[in-house]
Amino acid sequence: MTDTALHPSAFQAHDHGHHDADADHKPGFFARWFMSTNHKDIGTLYLIFAIVAGIIGGAISGLMRAELMHPGIQYLPQWAAMLHGGTEQSFDQALHLWNVLVTAHGLIMVFFMVMPAMIGGFGNWFVPIMIGAPDMAFPRMNNISFWLLVPAFTLLLASPFFGGAGTGWTVYAPLSTYGEPGPSVDMAILSLHLAGVSSILGAINFITTIFNMRAPGMTLHKMPLFAWAVLVTAFLLLLALPVLAAAITMLLTDRNFGTTFYDPAGGGDPVLYQHLFWFFGHPEVYIMILPGFGIISHIVATFSRKPVFGYLGMAYAMVAIGVVGFVVWAHHMFTTGMSVNVKMYFTAATMVIAVPTGIKIFSWIATMWGGSLRFPTPMVWAIGFIFMFTVGGVTGVVLANGGVDDYMQDTYYVVAHFHYVLSLGAVFSLFAGFYYWFPKMSGRMYSELLGQLHFWVFFVGVNLLFFPMHFLGLQGMPRRYPDYPDAFAHWNNVATIGYMIMAAGMAIFFVNVIWSLIAGKKAPDNPWGDGATTLEWTLSSPPPFHQFETLPKID
Amino acid sequence: MLKTGIKGWMLAASLAVAGLAGAATAQAPAAPAATTATATTGASPATAATAAPTGLRPADSNQGTSGGSLQKADAAPASPALAMDGAPAMTVKPMLGQPTDGLFGIQPQVTKNGLRAHWFHDRVLLPLITIISIFVLILLVFVVIRFRAGANPNPSKTSHNTAIEIVWTLAPVLILVAIAVPSIGLLQAQFKPAPANAVTLKAIGNQWFWSYQYPDHGGIEITANMLKEANQVAPGERARTAADGPRLMATDNRIVLPVGVPIRLITTANDVIHSWAVPAFWIKLDAIPGRLNETSFTIEKPGLYFGQCSELCGARHAFMPIAVEAVSPAEFAAWVRAKGGKMPAPGKPSDAVIPQPGADNSAAVMTEAADAGNMTGPTVNGTDTPPTSTQGATGNPGGVGEAGR
Repeated sequence: MTDTALHPSAFQAHDHGHHDADADHKPGFFARWFMSTNHKDIGTLYLIFAIVAGIIGGAISGLMRAELMHPGIQYLPQWAAMLHGGTEQSFDQALHLWNVLVTAHGLIMVFFMVMPAMIGGFGNWFVPIMIGAPDMAFPRMNNISFWLLVPAFTLLLASPFFGGAGTGWTVYAPLSTYGEPGPSVDMAILSLHLAGVSSILGAINFITTIFNMRAPGMTLHKMPLFAWAVLVTAFLLLLALPVLAAAITMLLTDRNFGTTFYDPAGGGDPVLYQHLFWFFGHPEVYIMILPGFGIISHIVATFSRKPVFGYLGMAYAMVAIGVVGFVVWAHHMFTTGMSVNVKMYFTAATMVIAVPTGIKIFSWIATMWGGSLRFPTPMVWAIGFIFMFTVGGVTGVVLANGGVDDYMQDTYYVVAHFHYVLSLGAVFSLFAGFYYWFPKMSGRMYSELLGQLHFWVFFVGVNLLFFPMHFLGLQGMPRRYPDYPDAFAHWNNVATIGYMIMAAGMAIFFVNVIWSLIAGKKAPDNPWGDGATTLEWTLSSPPPFHQFETLPKID
Repeated sequence: MLKTGIKGWMLAASLAVAGLAGAATAQAPAAPAATTATATTGASPATAATAAPTGLRPADSNQGTSGGSLQKADAAPASPALAMDGAPAMTVKPMLGQPTDGLFGIQPQVTKNGLRAHWFHDRVLLPLITIISIFVLILLVFVVIRFRAGANPNPSKTSHNTAIEIVWTLAPVLILVAIAVPSIGLLQAQFKPAPANAVTLKAIGNQWFWSYQYPDHGGIEITANMLKEANQVAPGERARTAADGPRLMATDNRIVLPVGVPIRLITTANDVIHSWAVPAFWIKLDAIPGRLNETSFTIEKPGLYFGQCSELCGARHAFMPIAVEAVSPAEFAAWVRAKGGKMPAPGKPSDAVIPQPGADNSAAVMTEAADAGNMTGPTVNGTDTPPTSTQGATGNPGGVGEAGR
């Protein structure tokens, strides 16, 4: 609706832009931020969006940790009453709210925090610059990629007011079909559709940009690793998301139009949904971490003052992870009653992924080996990432064993595992990238003291939060429980204390960002010295509105 | 900003928790009382008649307290425990069959495959991942100290070393092969089909309780609802006691399984997907509507074992626990009889019938079972003995799979 109303002014602003097309002429506020075709501005929008979504998703996890701090149902009935207008709520509605929180936390963090920040944010900002391109290949498509996320997120955030989708982020049928009446699951599905379209358009844009718009001399084998990472990620998105779209479209028709794709009563199969979902879902976890791999490679090389060790191995390790990531999906379904041969295959295939991942870990360490290391904030985040991702990775090797996974499946061990690779992996790399590129993006230096403090408080917090979850899982605590037997009380209590420390770390982060934007020192073009060799450091901080009017030449 | 607010709020909330806890628990789950014993046709008046003389408490019947007419003689609340001839009902043993607060590791295992998997995890996987993590940590600490700018002002320009790259590709491959071999062996053992004389237990997931059938034992049916706390039940309604098991894990009716005899577990569901899981057995099998999943295990140790639903199934997902009593084959036979069921006759392999409940309830079989009557040793041995081999082949731990390690 707004779009139609604004169309005339959009046209004018566009027209206006043509008149004085010098490098640093910026359109007016509205045209610049709401009708942007500039990859850096769209990247900024994505980052702001991701931070907002992260605050909401993180607040939801705070609600969950508060409820789980002690055995028994503490707050859910009050929250349910608040959400539904203060009327008397049945206990089941309070419990349903728990599932809504679990679902919302997962969907928000995956689709509206990590992905927009990694791909939309840093990808948009730095892939064109790193390959020496003036902008993305399809600037307008870039804009709609971002703006599709807004209605998608709105739909998801609105769904709790229509009952709430309590299906888990996996939206397994039949809980998501005849198990959840009301419009909220439909809203969540539509939200995923829109977010998926957004990501597919973004993926097309990145692939086209990287294949066609590299500066003269920038061969694929000279391309910075972050661009490699985003290229592989874009292919994963392009191949995986249509499968998700198909899976959830069939959910939608099962829910609303009487089809029975997932209903055994009509010849359908609930497990089919799981296969389709995880065919998307497993590449999805690499979509979330691969750009982080790229970011870490740059940071480690920069602050070691050394080129990345084993560049080609690093690039093709990511390609290998991407390829193998498509053939391991059913390790998420070890308890669904698969045959022994299928289980053996998925056990073996899953373990294969540890090999390229190990190559990356060792190559990062080898990059540091013999270097001249400095430890500003981005580097401590990067080193923290390497270790924490290793810890999350090795528990993945445990879970890969189908026979062992029978015990851990759907327990807190799995929760601990994927939070180590995401909350301590992907999120550490996001913070590392944020501090690394903050001077470039904003033109101002962050506070080193607050940055270091942020790292250490956050590091202690998340480890205290997630490490005890291994113990809970090994003692058998199932996931997605609002209340647990008293024997799980101790480690849940510790985890909630860890959350509080983590939240304090996040407060330091926000203070740092606000302080730096207002009062930070002006950043030089390259604050990191001769280790920072990629093209973004040849530009001013912040870069001009249009960079590379004359394309750089790479030799 | 918001985070700070939440943190403060959580701190305040945690202080208030002690006070709130009492009030909050008062609103705990309203268990579906009406669901108890909807289809327990097996517990006929004859059952009660058979059971009474032998001293079995009629309340053991799966009719539960709401089952009504048959149990009016027994005013005491129904006990899920098997109590024979005044013997104490089976109660919870610490550290067995349930989680323990503050511990780090896997629950003690009581099945052969469980022991094997537990050993694999504790002796192979856990040391290995610990060593790898510590190795990476040591490398990181070393490079951070040794190659800090102060100690090493001039960085090397090395960016390739084919030999070391091959090493760190092949070494993980070898480690993974070393893991894969026992892992694949474990899978094979877990997929060993149950022998013909196995006891079949069919677990059916419902929102939000488990119902069970023993199709080879006269179609016994059990409905297991979570027991609520004393402050959550209406006056006169049965509440959880310490003997029933931990909070959120105790059920009004336990299922009973024999030790030393292979159990064939079949799971399915009536509404959405559930997952039948007992950590002490190393068993977790999804219960999926429209599908029968099967696995098998042999419990080696009598005791009381608890599990919980392990696939998100809606609001009361956390409130549909699993409670299993593992007893001697003799006690199991007695329990079966008390439930109005019958032990499968010798020479009649149980897997010949993948029956509808009551399908093998033919009069002839009934009579035969009733004649076997006295529910003590001989009968039990007879019924548990498969047609060709002896008890040793089935009940004997050595008979199922190979040694755990």
